[in-house]
Order: sequence, then C-alpha cells, then structure tokens
Amino acid sequence: MIVIRPTHGLAGMGLGQLWDYKELLYFLAWRDVKVRYKQTLLGVFWVVLQPVITVAIFTLIFGKLLKVPTGGVPYPVFLLAALLPWNYFASTLNRCCISLVNNANLITKVYFPRLVIPLSAALSGLVDFSVAFLVLLSFLIYFKIWPGIGILLVPALFAMVFLTAVGFGLWLSALNVRFRDVTYLIPFLIQIWMYATPIVYGSNLVPEGFRWIIAFNPMTGAVEGFRWAILGNHWTGETLGGLQFVISIFMVLIVTISGAMFFRSTERTFADII
Amino acid sequence: MKPIAIRAESLSKLYRLGQRKIRHETLREKIADLARTPFRRLMPSGRSEEQNNSELIWALKNVSLEVRRGEIIGLIGRNGAGKTTLLKILSRITEPTEGYAEIHGRVGCLLEVGTGFHPELTGRENIYLNGAILGMKKAEIDRKFDEIVAFAEIEKLLDTPVKRYSSGMYVRLAFAVAAHLEADILLVDEVLAVGDEAFQKKCLQKMANIAKEGKTILFVSHNMEAISWLCKEAIWIDEGQIMGRGDTNEIISRYLVQDFGTRAEVDLTGFANRNRLGPARFRWVAIKNAQGTVTNQFQTGDKMIIEFEVCCEESVSEILLSVWFKTSTGIPVLHLVDVDSGFHIKNLLGIKTVRVTVPRLPLSPGLYLLSLSVGDPVGHDYDYVADCLSIDVREEAVTSGRKLSWHHGFVNCQSHWEAVERK
Repeated sequence: MIVIRPTHGLAGMGLGQLWDYKELLYFLAWRDVKVRYKQTLLGVFWVVLQPVITVAIFTLIFGKLLKVPTGGVPYPVFLLAALLPWNYFASTLNRCCISLVNNANLITKVYFPRLVIPLSAALSGLVDFSVAFLVLLSFLIYFKIWPGIGILLVPALFAMVFLTAVGFGLWLSALNVRFRDVTYLIPFLIQIWMYATPIVYGSNLVPEGFRWIIAFNPMTGAVEGFRWAILGNHWTGETLGGLQFVISIFMVLIVTISGAMFFRSTERTFADII
Repeated sequence: MKPIAIRAESLSKLYRLGQRKIRHETLREKIADLARTPFRRLMPSGRSEEQNNSELIWALKNVSLEVRRGEIIGLIGRNGAGKTTLLKILSRITEPTEGYAEIHGRVGCLLEVGTGFHPELTGRENIYLNGAILGMKKAEIDRKFDEIVAFAEIEKLLDTPVKRYSSGMYVRLAFAVAAHLEADILLVDEVLAVGDEAFQKKCLQKMANIAKEGKTILFVSHNMEAISWLCKEAIWIDEGQIMGRGDTNEIISRYLVQDFGTRAEVDLTGFANRNRLGPARFRWVAIKNAQGTVTNQFQTGDKMIIEFEVCCEESVSEILLSVWFKTSTGIPVLHLVDVDSGFHIKNLLGIKTVRVTVPRLPLSPGLYLLSLSVGDPVGHDYDYVADCLSIDVREEAVTSGRKLSWHHGFVNCQSHWEAVERK
C-alpha cells in the first residue's frame, strides 16, 4: 500500500527505493552516453582528444614557460594524473547541476525517486573517465613510468571524486530548480575551483603552513591522492600530509551527506516549481 | 463488494501563481536575503511564507473519493478544474498540501505519451528508455517488445532515430509503450487526443481491453464520446472540488448544462471555440420557441426557431450555411443546411440575419449542443462555431402516454402505421 500525505522537515535517504529504480538509473545514464557524441564526425574520439589538447596547452604554458616544479616527473604525466579526476569532477558537477532542469518533463510527468536524475548524470561520465584513463596509461608507457602498488587505490580515490562531485551536484541541482542563476554561475565556479586545486601545480608550491587550508577543498585530497597513487616512487616532491588527506576525506563525507539531505528535503516541491 | 484500490481523504493542493515576482529581482538581493533567512528561502514548504502571499490558489480543495478495484472512472471538468492535479497527487508526482490518500496496487501514470523520448535514439532504444521511465522492468519490456512494435506498426523503422519519424508514427510508438504498461491502477490524462482517428479508436479499444482485465482506471478526457464509451461512472470536478459522481451520461449532461449555462442567446464576436479560416463570420445566435421567446427548453415535437447573424467584410459570391446538433457525447445527430431548403445567400457583404424554423423538433429528450458553420459551396469552412449553445429537450415530453428517451434513439419522427394484407 502506498500512503500519500504531506511531508515536512528533513526526509530520509530513501536508498531502498532508489535500489528499486536501478534499471531506470542505468537507462538514463545509458541514454546520456549514447546521445552525447551523436551527429559528431569524430564521435567517441573526442573523449581522447579533449584531455590530450588540454595537456598540450597546459604543458606549453605551465611546464615550458612557467616551469612549474613537478618533483622529477615529466610535466604532461604530472598534469594528466591530476587532470583526469578533475575533468571527471568538473563535467559531472556541470551535468548534475543542469540535470534536473533538463529533465523537467520527466519530473512533472512521471514519478520516480528524483535522486535517479543527478546520479545517472554522474554515472554517465564513467565512460569518458575510463577512456581518458587509457590515455593516461599510454602516457605512462610513453614516458616509461611504472606505477607502484599505490595504483590499486585508484578505485577508492575515484570513489572520493565521485562522492564529491555528486555531493556538490545534489546541492547545486536542487538549488538550480529554484534559482536558474546556478546554471550561469557554474562555469566560473569550476574555473576558479580548478586553479584553487593543485592540478596545474603541485601542493608542494603551497607554503607548508597553508597546506592544511587547501586540504579543506575535498578535491585537493583526491587529486593529490591520484598523483601519489599513479606516479608512485617517481614523485619526489613534497605532497599533502596524512592528516591533511584525512581532512579532505572528512570534507567529502560532509558534502555528500548534506547534499543528499538537502536534495531529499527539497525534492517534494520540484514538480511544482521547476 | 470489491476491495478498495484508491482511497483519498480531503486532499487539497495549494499553488502559488506568479511566484516571486516582487522579490529577488537581482542576484545581489537574493544572496542578501539568503543570508538573512537561509532556511525559509531554501525550503519552499516554509509555512510562514504561504500565509502572507495573496496570489495563492487551491487547485484541489477537500477532495475525498473511493475507487474500488476494477472500476473505470472518467474525470471531467473544464481546463484548470484540478483533474490533472488530482492525478499528479495520486501518482506521487507532487505532494498534497493537506489530506491523505492510500493506493492499493501498482500505479501506472500516463500524463503524457512519449515522456523521455529522445529524438536521437532509435525506436528500439526509445521503447526501452520510455518503458523504464514509466516504471517497467527490463525483463518486462523484453517480454512485451514484439507486441509493442506490432501495436505501433513501426517494424520497418525500429532502428531509425525517432527524429526521422512522422509525427503520427512518433505518437503511435509512444502510445504503444504506454499501453503495455502493467499496472493495477492506471491514471490516464488526455493522452488519446493524439494521432489520427483510426489510431484513436485503436487506443480506446486497447484501454477497454485493459479495463476488462480487471484493472482500475481513472481517465481524464475532454472527449465526452470517449468517456461515455469507456466509463460507466464519471466524476465531475470544478474549481478543485468534486461536483458530482455517478452514471457517466448523467454526469456529462449535468457538467455540460452547467458549463454552457442556460444560455439560449450568445454574442459570438468574442467566442473562442471556433475555427475561422475565411472572410465570413458569425456574430450572434439565439434560439426561440413558437411564441418567439428566447429559451433553450424544448419538448420533442415543439416548433423551434434558430436565428443568427452572419457578416462578411469583403463580398463573397456564394456561401453555404448549416446548423449542427450534436449529443453531449459529441455524436452529430442532425444537420440542417440552407440549400436543402432551397435557401441561398448570394453576394454576402455586411451583416445578414437568418432565421431557421424547425416546425417539429425531431430530437428525443436529452442535452444537445448546437454548432454553426459557414463555408463555400464545396465544403471549405469560413467560420465554424463549435458547441456555442445547448438545447435541453425535456423528459416530460410524452407522445401518446409513452415516455421518450434517447436510450431508444436520438431521433423521433412521425410515422404512419397500419395493418395490411401480405401480397
């Protein structure tokens, strides 16, 4: 029996119900992937091309011209190891944020747990990430860098990126239903965020006394974690301390849980105000 | 008595019209306001906000109803009456502001056909996507796939992106998926108003088959013919409240009488429900009885006078005028045409008043709607004014002591009966 009555205040996560709709989650993610490069000449090749072009530009500016210290690692590899999780984060944040508004017709016409929409947007980025990861592997082979045992931690680190993206994505997508300003704000937010995160530079460039501050950015921990895991012993520069990494993980949890709570508590009005 | 499928108790839904026009003109104000009262801004259900806003409207107010398993109920009422809001609450798309409801069984909600269709995807892919959106499991779609394709008649185009489909094919595919949704309770909103007539018939037939399987259906439509064909019972909703429930044809008549009023005279200059394609147009219409009094109350066999004004700004050499009578469920029963009576208007320019006299009204008791049309002699409409008046032919009409009823036929005419020898 389904009971319908007005609800107030904080809502539960409703994860059980989400599980019932796992097929819809899959189909929506699949639709996004399927449609993304339709009617393009190069198709999925863009997934490869995008990081390669970015690496080329940034290597020229930050590697060759500004000579950013990379702790003994060739700049393209140093950059790509961090750019990979960042690109996933940035595109997922962007997709999540506009996902509800883009699927307004679903929200006003059909019932299903609304979490399915931003989650499917996040899942659809997995394909791009996997292909880009192959690009990174070919970079490693080209530069003859053999990752250490740390590479086994990549799935856990990826989970950290995923949760950060989804956590912020839930906040912003729910806000975007009400205030479309968020859509316009997102590109700037991502740009500023990228330079605030040690991607084109390493956290070794940040004075030691300030490193704990940048650790409050959950992406700092994730990105430096990726570098550490992939570059292994080749990386000789300083990086985040253990405690700073823990701060980042802690922030990920706060963002994810608060995002889900905020989303669940506002979703009951989505159909009325979208 | 069958078990309950839907039980709703005083459901109400409050909507805000023209929301937040006054405040939050700029982002700066928004942020400043956000900083002052963050919680209330972000939680739209905040009570204090509702109380001091005057642009509020109750889309539903205290709606209670009980639907038993296997019942097929038509929901009628004018646009904005709250029919769709009721379906949206029962399907959990939106929450009620007040009240309580319980649903026993799996709900399938069709507020629209083709929700989530993506133009870039092929027909096959869209069947799976749309099916999943409507709440079907993949295994279920696999099982019904061939049936869906056959129903939509798109076998050849299965692997073509739907953006290449004609709009008819698109709608057929969309309805086909929806029609194969397995649910105990189906909430259907005006989805039949699509496709060509043959396909609409097929859709109605499909709905009737679903109904025969013992499913519960709530069916919203403005097509009274479809409602009366499909549903035994109807609920009439107006301004968010249930005005009546009962036998479909009776409820439809009550709704139409209320909706058209007891008007027997209408100024048509601002009349909206029309199809204007040419230079001539209707300005006014009235119905009178034998005494010349404006009325819409008649009995079978009464003399009836229809008067209307038609005008034309540029001269038209030949026009064809006609008056239609339709039943409340939309079936045309009588068509009066000027040329049939040897009447012609040539070179119409300016305003002309025309009187049509029916010496003996041949309609059985019931409610009839009157439409007017003016066009060229080959049948192209210049102006078609649909359902502008209603005529109430009263029950009391009795011929030779027998009670007349449209259940025995809409038309009543004199006939001569005698006993003869077979040759």
